Amino acid sequence: MSNWLHLLIDLSVITLFFVGFYKFRHPKGARTGNLIAAFAILTACLLVLYRHDILDPGFVVVAMLIGLTAGWIVAIKVDMIQIPAMVAFQHGAGGVAVFLISFVELTGVTSEHLPTLGKISGLLGLVIGAATFSGSMIASGKLANKLNQKPTVLPRHSLLLLGLFLAIFALAIITGRYESQANVYLLTLLLGLSILLGIIFSIRIGGADMPVLISFLNATAGFAAAFCGVLIQNRLLVACGAAVAASGSILTHIMCKAMNRSLINIFVGIQQGSATSLKQMTPESDKEKSPETLDAPETPEEEDGIVRAVTVLKNSQRIVIIPGYGMALAKAQFKVVEMAGRLEKMDKDVKFAIHPVAGRMPGHMNVLLAEADVDYDNLVEMDDINSEFKETDLVIVVGACDVVNPAAIDSTDTPISGMPILLANEAKAVVVCNLDEKPGYSGVENPLYDMPKTIKLFGDAKNTVTLLIEAL
Amino acid sequence: MTELIIMLFVFFFSFLIGYLFISKVPQLLHTPLMSMTNAISAVTILGALLLFSVETTPFEKVIGVIAIAMATFNVVGGFVITDRMLKLFKKNSDME
Repeated sequence: MSNWLHLLIDLSVITLFFVGFYKFRHPKGARTGNLIAAFAILTACLLVLYRHDILDPGFVVVAMLIGLTAGWIVAIKVDMIQIPAMVAFQHGAGGVAVFLISFVELTGVTSEHLPTLGKISGLLGLVIGAATFSGSMIASGKLANKLNQKPTVLPRHSLLLLGLFLAIFALAIITGRYESQANVYLLTLLLGLSILLGIIFSIRIGGADMPVLISFLNATAGFAAAFCGVLIQNRLLVACGAAVAASGSILTHIMCKAMNRSLINIFVGIQQGSATSLKQMTPESDKEKSPETLDAPETPEEEDGIVRAVTVLKNSQRIVIIPGYGMALAKAQFKVVEMAGRLEKMDKDVKFAIHPVAGRMPGHMNVLLAEADVDYDNLVEMDDINSEFKETDLVIVVGACDVVNPAAIDSTDTPISGMPILLANEAKAVVVCNLDEKPGYSGVENPLYDMPKTIKLFGDAKNTVTLLIEAL
Repeated sequence: MTELIIMLFVFFFSFLIGYLFISKVPQLLHTPLMSMTNAISAVTILGALLLFSVETTPFEKVIGVIAIAMATFNVVGGFVITDRMLKLFKKNSDME
């Protein structure tokens, strides 16, 4: 086959990937888009197998079967709330593949003819791949609640990171300057340092900042793949890696904007007034552990709250529900959707307002609500719904705090100041179904709770919403 | 050298097109999007397959097998879970 024909085939496969991305503009076409991308990968694999003689087909088939079975089983079994942990874990698996390939390519027999750019790419792929692997494993552990969600800060953490970074940089230059093949021992040391970098980088990032970390790792996984592609001179790999890197970069940017914090800010752990917020970082983990203890019989005051809330619910026409991660932790989404359905049957207009950082990864809340059978047209983005709150009769906040905290707008010296929020405070009435009165992840008190129009129903959201449904 | 220039061109071009297309994806679909791109980033499976196209030491074969298994896990898991998620997104009119 001629080179031109190869190029043409490669370009067609790359085009297929872009068609897949294009289809993601609308939920209707997204499924087809995903299948098209899957088909493109399959084609690419077959192309490689066709163009090159594989020396040990037995090994290849066995390895593929293992990966296929494991991937399939995990994907079928995983729960929607565990998606972020699963995605982070897969970023890690991708990172492993990249650094292993780079390692072999840099030390193997063929490496003698590597051009400088190829070598640099290989080293970059190795470092980024290894750091992505370890960083993702930490992220996955935190997301799966196997590791402590609170940021772990080592003494002189930033200095340590910087030192490690410089050491890797220096070592990469030394390794790269070796005559032909890279020195195996130096390369192993480089690998070890990169893995350490990923760990130290990730342990400092707390639970609610996970959407940023996971998007960032998405981008680095893409970059690692692209560098690996330059090393082995495979156009398909470069193109796919670059597109994924673009996607991860966009998501990272969106997440940062939604928190009004810069990337460095989040990764280096700078937070205005962080001293106070660190102390109060616990409420979120409390939310996860204590729902059972809240089945205690209600005090008269709480029952009164339910009665008042039901009255408001019955009298409201336009209702907006604001879900937060607390709702998912209380597994209340199905009950909340049931309540929304009940209200819709009473001819009320019910919408869900989704803050970009609700959940543990970009768009996570949408998936959780879609699973609970919400029509996706009723899931409204922040920018589209914020102008509507003034005409909204009632806002129901379920397990969200910081994203509806008016202090983000009113005050200037809190960790969340300047963060875009859902303007629940503009609605005519507010019902808050949160676990307790404690502030959210940021540790900033929420003035919304103290407004006269707010009815507070503290306790496990699932119980609270069930009571509301019964009373309706 | 020309080959490498082509590589750089492919890189920037793909980054640009990817950027243009993906910035149009609604927030609604960001989780499935990340899950799908995650699967796509495992095209490194191609590199892993290529390891087996040249004579290698037993140590390199072991590494190759691990790399292929990891990449396949990533590809298959990524696409299957994305499909599962996208199936969940529906309109009320489709539900009846």
